[in-house]
Amino acid sequence: MFPSRFRYEAPRSLDEAIALLSEGGDDAKVLAGGQSLVPMMKLRFASPALLVDINNLPGLAYHREGTDGSLRIGALCRHSDLEFSQILRGTQPTMAAAAPLVADPLVRNRGTLVGSLCHADPQGDWASVMLALGGSVTAAGPRGRRSIPLTEFVTGPFQNALSRDEIAVEAVVPKATGTRAGGYLKLERRVGDFATVGVAVAIEMSGANVTRAGIALTGVGGSTIGATDAAAALAGKPLTAGTVAEAAELAAAAAKPRTDHRGSAEYKRHLVRVFVTRILGSSLAADTAADTERAA
Amino acid sequence: MTTTDESRALDEIKIGGLGSSRKRVEDDRFIRGKGNYTDDIVLPGMLHMEILRSPLPHARIKSIDASRAWALPGVHLVLTGEMMATRNLAWMPTLSYDTQAVLATDKVRFQGQEVACVIADDPYIAKDACELIEVDYEPLPPIVNPWQGLAEDAPIIRDDKTGQDSNVIYLWEVGDQAGTDRAFEQADVVSKLELHYPRSHPSPIECCGSVADFNRATSKLTVYMTTQAPHIIRAAVAMVAELPEHMIRIVSPDIGGGFGNKVPVYPGYVCSILASILLERPVKWIEDKTGNLISTGFARDIYLRGEMALRKDGKILGVRMHTDADHGAFFSDAQPSKFKIGLMHSAFAAYDIPAAHLTARGVYTNKAPGGVAYRCSFRVTEAMFFQERMVQAAADDLGMDQAAFRRMNFVRDDDFPHRTPFGFLTDSGQYAKCLDVGLKAIDYENFRIEQAQARKQGRLLGLGISTMTEPLGAGNSREYDILGIKMFDSADLKVHMTGKAILRTGAKTQGQGHETTWAQIVAHELGIPADDVVVEEGDTDTAPFGMGTYASRSTPVAGAAVAMVARKIRAKARKLAAHLLEVSEEDIEWELGRFYVRSAPARGVSIQECAMAAYSNMPDGMEPGLENTAYYDPPNLTWPFAVYIVTVEVDKETGVWDVLRMVAVDDCGVRINPMIVEGQIMGGLTEAYAMASMQFITFDAEGNCVGSNYMDYLLPSAWETPGYELHSEVVTPCPHHPIGAKGIGECAAVGGPAAFVNAVMDALGGTGVRNIDMPVLPDRVWEALTYHRDVSGAPPIRQD
Amino acid sequence: MTLVYDDLGDEAAQDVPVRKIRFTVNGRRLVAEIEPRLLLADLIRRGVGLTGTHRGCDTTNCGACTVLVDGTAVKSCTMLAVQVDGHEVTTVEGLASASELHPLQEGFRQEHGLQCGFCTPGMMLAAKALLDRNPDPTEEDVRWALSGNLCRCTGYQNIVKSVLWAAEKLAEREPKPAEASAGNQRGGITDDDH
Repeated sequence: MFPSRFRYEAPRSLDEAIALLSEGGDDAKVLAGGQSLVPMMKLRFASPALLVDINNLPGLAYHREGTDGSLRIGALCRHSDLEFSQILRGTQPTMAAAAPLVADPLVRNRGTLVGSLCHADPQGDWASVMLALGGSVTAAGPRGRRSIPLTEFVTGPFQNALSRDEIAVEAVVPKATGTRAGGYLKLERRVGDFATVGVAVAIEMSGANVTRAGIALTGVGGSTIGATDAAAALAGKPLTAGTVAEAAELAAAAAKPRTDHRGSAEYKRHLVRVFVTRILGSSLAADTAADTERAA
Repeated sequence: MTTTDESRALDEIKIGGLGSSRKRVEDDRFIRGKGNYTDDIVLPGMLHMEILRSPLPHARIKSIDASRAWALPGVHLVLTGEMMATRNLAWMPTLSYDTQAVLATDKVRFQGQEVACVIADDPYIAKDACELIEVDYEPLPPIVNPWQGLAEDAPIIRDDKTGQDSNVIYLWEVGDQAGTDRAFEQADVVSKLELHYPRSHPSPIECCGSVADFNRATSKLTVYMTTQAPHIIRAAVAMVAELPEHMIRIVSPDIGGGFGNKVPVYPGYVCSILASILLERPVKWIEDKTGNLISTGFARDIYLRGEMALRKDGKILGVRMHTDADHGAFFSDAQPSKFKIGLMHSAFAAYDIPAAHLTARGVYTNKAPGGVAYRCSFRVTEAMFFQERMVQAAADDLGMDQAAFRRMNFVRDDDFPHRTPFGFLTDSGQYAKCLDVGLKAIDYENFRIEQAQARKQGRLLGLGISTMTEPLGAGNSREYDILGIKMFDSADLKVHMTGKAILRTGAKTQGQGHETTWAQIVAHELGIPADDVVVEEGDTDTAPFGMGTYASRSTPVAGAAVAMVARKIRAKARKLAAHLLEVSEEDIEWELGRFYVRSAPARGVSIQECAMAAYSNMPDGMEPGLENTAYYDPPNLTWPFAVYIVTVEVDKETGVWDVLRMVAVDDCGVRINPMIVEGQIMGGLTEAYAMASMQFITFDAEGNCVGSNYMDYLLPSAWETPGYELHSEVVTPCPHHPIGAKGIGECAAVGGPAAFVNAVMDALGGTGVRNIDMPVLPDRVWEALTYHRDVSGAPPIRQD
Repeated sequence: MTLVYDDLGDEAAQDVPVRKIRFTVNGRRLVAEIEPRLLLADLIRRGVGLTGTHRGCDTTNCGACTVLVDGTAVKSCTMLAVQVDGHEVTTVEGLASASELHPLQEGFRQEHGLQCGFCTPGMMLAAKALLDRNPDPTEEDVRWALSGNLCRCTGYQNIVKSVLWAAEKLAEREPKPAEASAGNQRGGITDDDH
C-alpha cells in the first residue's frame, strides 16, 4: 500500500540523470510514467534506494517521423499521446491498434511506451508491437548513445539490456519499405486486465506480396516471444488464406503458455492461432476488396 | 373527500411523497467531495494502525519477535495474539455462535489472517514496522475445498475447539423427505444438476475501517466505523470488550458501499478499540483492498446438487437439494440463527411444487470466514441461482420451451397465500404477467427465429430466462433473530413547532438513499414536504435501536416503522386539530397535509398549525410535544418477484460472449422513489453480470488466494457492463406492509446471474454441455465447446 | 505556522529525507515538506486536508483517487507527491465555482449518477477530462473514457447519462462554432478504432 523509503532526485538535464544513475549503482531506478514501477513499490515488490525522475528532462515528450522516415518515440511520450495520435492513424496500424488497449485511460495518461519496454513485463503490450515492427531502443549513457534492437533489448521477464547507468531515451520504428498492414489483438477479460494472450502482427506489402513480416506474442511465455518462423513463412510471398493459416500455426507453436487461472495452455495457444488469422484475415479481406475494386 | 374547489390537499408528488423521483438529499455533499467516510475522520492525537497478515494458509506459529518493530521510531504499540490473550481478547464470539481469532495465537488458519498489528504516528511507519515483525511458521497442509476437509486424514482446522473432531460445522435439513421420496417414485423424468457457486466478494470500493476513541476522562468509547449495523456492533463490543453498553457509542458515518461486507465484526475493529483504550488516544485503522478481499466476509463458495422429479407433461412433482457450504476457518456469518444455511430453503418459492427436501452441511476450510454476504438476502442468491439453473436443465431434458415450462409450474395469481414446500408463506405475486411482460420486451418468438437462422450461419446466439420471488425484510420475531436479538426495526420522528421534522431510524444507508426516501414516507403520511424532513442514521447515541441495513430489509422493516411512527404523530395531530377547530375528533377528516371539519370542509388546519399547537396550545390533559418512536415487528417477509431475460452472442473461437440485450421486469410493490428503485436494480444487475462473467476468488493447491486484489478479482467497468431495459408495469402491493412496499435492493443480484448463465448455456445448446460454473470465462466456454463437456470452477485451480 | 512533533532523537531525525515542493491545488498555492515516498493521494487527503479524493484499492485499478494534474486525469495513488512540484492539481473540491456547481456535479444529481458516492469524485474528474477534450461524446466515448474508474453501486448507466447531461449543459453555455469538428479536438474513440 505504501512504498518503503527511498532517495529521490529530479534532474533537469539528461547528463545529470545519467550521472545520478552512475553513482546510484545497482539500486537505482528511472521513474518516467511510474504506472508499473510505483504499483510495484507500493506492494514492496520493488524497493529501489534511489529514484531518478526523468519527467523534467526537456525535449523527450514527442513522437514524430524522423528525417529518415522512421518513427521516433521519445521517452516521455505517453500511451495516450499515441492513442490519439494523428500520425499513427493510417500509417502504423499495429501501433494504432495496440495503443488503446494498454491498461486503462487514466494509466495511459502517465505511462510511457519507452518505460513499458524497459519494464519488460511479459504481459506488456508494446514490447510485442515493437518486436513485430523490428524496432529498437536508443540508450544514452556516459559512453554516449547506442541503438539496441528489440530482439536484444528484452532479456527476460522484467529484465532489459540497459546497463545500470543508461537511460532509454527513445524508441525507433524503422521506415517501412512497403505499405504497412497488421494489427494487435488482445484477450483481456476487462479493461486493464493483463493479457490472457496478445498478438502483434506487422507486415509490409508491395502489391500482392508481403515484403516484410513480424509477429510477436504477449503473455504466453516467460517474456515477449518473437514468432520468427511464423513471420518467415509470410515474407516474400503473396498473402493468401494458405500462408495465413501456416503463419498462424507456426505462431501457435512458438508460444509457451502456462495453464493458470486465465485458462489452459491449450486455450492460449489456440487464441494465438485465432488472433494471427483474424489480424491477417482483415488485411486479406482489405486486399481482396482492393483487388476486386481494381478488377472492376 | 371534499369537492375539488374546497380541497386543499397537497399534490403528493410535488411535496415529494410516494412515487416521487425527487433528487437525492445525500448527493449535495457527495458531489462536492464533502462526504464523511471513516477515513475522512481526523481526531486530535490520532494514531494509525496496520495489520500484519499471515502469508501461509495453515501453519503453527512457533514464535513471534516484534522487537525490531517496537524499536522503529514512531511506533507506539505492537499487539500480538499473546498480548490479546492476556486480556481475554485473542478470540471473540461470532454472529453465528462460533468463535473467531482476533489475532492468531496457536495457528494461522487462512492466508491473510491477522497475526499482529502496529500502531504508529503515520500509516507509512506502521507498514514499515509490520515488515520488521518476524514470525516463525511451521506449515501445515492446507484445505481449499470441503472434500479435502472431509477426507479421513484431513487435519482438523479448528483444533482450538474442544470436541471438534472433524471439519464439519453443522448439518441441517428442512422439508418433507418421505413426501419427496414418493414424488420421485412417481416421476416420469428425473433431471439432475450439480454445480459450484464460486467464492465471490462484495468488494465495495471503500474498504473497512474504524477510528476508535476511548476517552479516559469520561470512560466513554466512541468508535467511528464502517458498519451497516451499528447497534449490533455496540452489543458485540460490549460483550467482547466487557465495557458497559451505555458507555459505548458506535457511529457509522457515510459508507462507501456495504453489500453485506460491512456487517460482521472484524479483528481490525477489536484491535483498534483495544489500542485506543491502552494508549488513550484515537486509533485509526483503514484496511487496504488486499486485506479486504483476503480476509473479510466473502460470499457464496457453495456446492449445490439437486434433482427434480418431473411428470412427462412438465409438472414438477418434487425437488431434492443438497448443499455443502465452504465457510472458511470460522463460522461468522450474520444470518438468522435458526437457519444454518440462511434462507436457502426459499428456493422454488414461485413454483407450485408439492414436496421438497433440502439437506445442508457446513465445512471449515483454510480460507477467510464468511459465506453470507454480497447482496444475497441470506443465501437467497444461491437458492434462486440453483433453482433457475435446474429449471433450465429440466425444461431441456423434457424438450419443453423454457417459458412454457415455467409458466406451467408457477404459483397462480389466485393461489395466495401459498405455503411453499419448505414452509415459507408467500402472500402475493403475478408471476405469469411478469413473464409475459419480459417475453414481449425481448421479442421472444422473433429471437428464437433469429437464433435458428444465426445457427445456420455458424453464429451462436442464446437467450436466458431467470424468474424468481424472494423473501425480503427479515423478519418476524417468531422465526428471526441474530444471536437471540429479534429482527425488528425502528423509527423516531420529532416534529418541531414550525412543522419541520427530524427522523432517525435503526437502519443504516450505504448508498440506498434513505435520507431521501424515508422523508418521502413521512411526506406521504403527514403531508409535511419531504424537503422539511431531515433523516439521520448510524449514531447509536441518537438512533433508535435497529438491526441495520442488509438483506434488503430496510424498506420492509424500517420503512414500515417510519410509516407507523408518522401515523402515531398524525393520530396526536388529529386531537390537536379537533382542539384548534373546536369540534370533536369524530368530526375531523384528513387529507394530505390538512385536517378539516367534515361538515364544513373549508374549515381546516394544516399539519404545521397542529405542530405549533403541540407546543403552545394543547388541550387539557395532553402531553405537550409532537415526537414519537415506533418499533416494527413485521408479520411476515415481503415477496418481490422478477423476471430477467438476457440475450447473448458467443464467439465460438475465443469463448468471449457479449450481452445483446438485458430486460428486467421487477415487481417490488409500491415504489417510494422510482428513480432510486431503478438505481438499485441496475446496481444489482451489474453485480449479477460481474458474477456471471468475470468475478471470483479461488485458491491454488498450496492454499494461496487468487483474487485478493483488483488485478485478479475482476470488476466490470463501464466498458464491459451492458445497458439495461427496466420495466415497472407489474405492481403487486405487499398486503401486510403499511405502504404496500417490498424490498428491492438485492433482487437483481439474486435473480440476475442465472439469466446470463442460462443465455450462454442456451447458445451452447445441442453440444451436450449442461453446466459451466460461474464465472463463465472465455476459456471455460471454449473448453466446453471444444470438448463438449461441463466445466467446473471449483478450487484448487489448475496450474502448470 | 507552528509544527510540533515527538522528539525521537537526533539519529532518527537524520534518517528521513524530506523534500520541499511548491504546487497549486484548486488554484491555491501551497508549499509542502514531504517524504519522497508520500503518494499524491495522501498529500491531498492528509497533507492538504481535502478528503474528497478517495483511496479504494492498492493496485491502481479502481480510480477513486482520480485528480487532474495540469488538466490531465491521473490516478493520484500512483503518482508520488513530489512529482507535482511546479504543477497544478485539481480535485473534486475545485470543480464548483464560488457561486455554482459544475455541470458535471449537477448532471450526477439530475441523473442519479451516484449512490454511495465513493467513486463519484474520481468519475467526475475523469469525465471532465473527457469533456475538455471531446465536448460532444457519444455514449460509447463516455464508457471508454471512464473504463479506468470502477463503481459497485450504479451499474454505470446513470453515470453515462450524467456525463451526457453535463455535455449538453456545457454546450448551451458555449455553443459550438459551426466548424468545430475541423479544428478537431481529437478525443473520444469512434467505432472504427476498435
